[in-house]
Amino acid sequence: MTRSQAEEAHFVASQWQLIWRKFRRHRLARLGAAVIATFVVLAVFAEFWSPYDIYERHTDLVHLPPQRVRLLHAGKLHRPFVYGVTSERSTTTFFLEFSEDRSQRYPVRFFVQGADYKVLGLFPSDIHFFGVDEPGVIHLLGTESIGRDVLSRILYATRVSLSVGLVGIAISFILGCLLGGVSGYFGGAPDMIIQRIIEFLQNIPQIPLWMALSAALPPVWPIIQVYFGITIILSIFGWTGLARVVRGKLLATREEDYVLAAKIAGSGESRIMVRHLLPSFTSYLIVSITLAIPQMILGETALSFLGIGMRPPAVSWGVLLQQAQNIRSVTLYPWLIIPALLVILTVLAFNFLGDGLRDAADPYK
Amino acid sequence: MVSYIVRRVVYMAFVLVAISMVAFVIIQLPPGDYVTNMIDNMRLRGERVTDELVELLARRYGLDMPLHQQYLRWAWRILQGDFGRSMEYQRPVSQLIGDRLTLTVIISMTTLVFTYVMAIPIGIYSATRQYSVGDYLWTLFGFVGVATPNFLLAMLLMLFFSSTFGMDVGGLFSVEYELSAWSIAKVWDLIKHLPIPIVVLGTAGTAGLIRVLRASLLDELAKNYVVTAQAKGLPESRLVFKYPVRIALNPIISQVSNLLPAIVSGSTITSIVLNLPTVGPLLFGALQAQDMHLAAALVLMVSTLGVIGTLISDILLAIVDPRIRLEK
Repeated sequence: MTRSQAEEAHFVASQWQLIWRKFRRHRLARLGAAVIATFVVLAVFAEFWSPYDIYERHTDLVHLPPQRVRLLHAGKLHRPFVYGVTSERSTTTFFLEFSEDRSQRYPVRFFVQGADYKVLGLFPSDIHFFGVDEPGVIHLLGTESIGRDVLSRILYATRVSLSVGLVGIAISFILGCLLGGVSGYFGGAPDMIIQRIIEFLQNIPQIPLWMALSAALPPVWPIIQVYFGITIILSIFGWTGLARVVRGKLLATREEDYVLAAKIAGSGESRIMVRHLLPSFTSYLIVSITLAIPQMILGETALSFLGIGMRPPAVSWGVLLQQAQNIRSVTLYPWLIIPALLVILTVLAFNFLGDGLRDAADPYK
Repeated sequence: MVSYIVRRVVYMAFVLVAISMVAFVIIQLPPGDYVTNMIDNMRLRGERVTDELVELLARRYGLDMPLHQQYLRWAWRILQGDFGRSMEYQRPVSQLIGDRLTLTVIISMTTLVFTYVMAIPIGIYSATRQYSVGDYLWTLFGFVGVATPNFLLAMLLMLFFSSTFGMDVGGLFSVEYELSAWSIAKVWDLIKHLPIPIVVLGTAGTAGLIRVLRASLLDELAKNYVVTAQAKGLPESRLVFKYPVRIALNPIISQVSNLLPAIVSGSTITSIVLNLPTVGPLLFGALQAQDMHLAAALVLMVSTLGVIGTLISDILLAIVDPRIRLEK
């Protein structure tokens, strides 16, 4: 019997090639990966994408509803533009009321000059992806309680919220591999102690302890210190799942013949671990990591939402959602709840990606 | 079986001691304490604060002792049933907690029941009608349910109910029953207020359980004995319920140990958002005011609830699964 070329390619493919092939067939996982990639690009270059500085206040445009980008003016097609906005205080409710000034048109321009910033914190620049000429304004997602641009703030917040998840998982990963590795490879008393610690951490309700720990962060700390404080608090519980995976897989593989062969050939313990054992379950580690990141993001959002996580002037999704905390503001200014949709979207994307990776992790099945 | 349960109970006791230490230490972490804050406030108001008063206050709350002595004194009193006094409310902690703890237990248990009552039929339906429209809808619900944080769901539901029905859905009691003594009317009022918190707290768990049950039942349905029974012409309902469902339920039962702590802990934030009179908001306030005894007692209680949940699920599992029961 002759094998087709496709089959031949399948037989000679490396493990990673097989994983990649299987992963590509998972449509939802690809969608998830695309969403995450988009968010990462938006977050890394947040200053470029956002039309305004996040602290810039438009005091006469407080709680401005999202502006519409239009193409038609007086029945004729134009390049995308927004109308000017005039605000007036209502004589009955004393709320600011906005109306479009149809006599003024501000075309949406791309790569415009605006507020100064530094790309990646290194290279000074003042080019923004889009904007309109002064005195026009463009608030595609409206403004918040003191007239700051919601879209810009959401973009910056994406950076903070996503990176809390990624930095947190990095810490968890180191802890998980180290402790899980010791536990699985050496066994005996260290294994016993580490397993009890893991059980302990998994048995206690996380959120009350998170709350207690983050309430313990001194309010005088600068933003960056609070940020790392929160991240570390979230990782304290995050590593246990990873450690379990590492330990389980080590226990399963350390009795394999190839480990014995490596030992006889004179390999040291660290070489055996890194060179022979670790590669056999890297794919499972990646899966656990992908599924643990959304938990961290949710944790940060919840804590910040309650006011004991990141604190203003820092922005994160949770901090932005603080403004949408009561029914009154949500019914009056529904655009303030947009960060919530981003949270859900991100968590969904990570879950889809994780599911796809889990299916692909064992390509020989 | 008995020895298994005894072992679990002893283990639980150790966990609780460890939690009590962690709780106590964490709450002492922030710089300053309730007394220094109080004195700062008094100074701000222009009162004259003598050193004797500072010392007196510190001694009254035991803040002049080293940490381990404070802990031992606190732990010893708890063993005698005395949880100390709340500094903020100037009342014994046990008085403050009483009703709230009961309500927390009620909400957690009903949520757990709700989760299983919803998840088991849906999971079975999804697995037996794989790739049907219903299955897709429930799978979608599963994904979104897991991804939506409790407190956001609470906000969205509140928004929905207040904008469409003009209902105020916060709280667990109507105004007229809030302070009254327990009566049948009050219980009925409570029952009417329960659905929203239960849905909020139960959605994530339900979504997760559906996915687990669907996967394990699908595994089971593909096995040869099911095919054989099918070939012999067994009616579908008997075929599914007799063996595959029973086996597929095992992983679901073991989930209790994860679910209960998750519900108890999730209810802390949900309660703050929905303004439920459970331990959550009290804990939050106590943490912010550095009301040491109250906060420590609450963290300890919430954790105890979680640990007891784990114990119950371990016992349940042992009853269902002889492999665990008969282990050494």
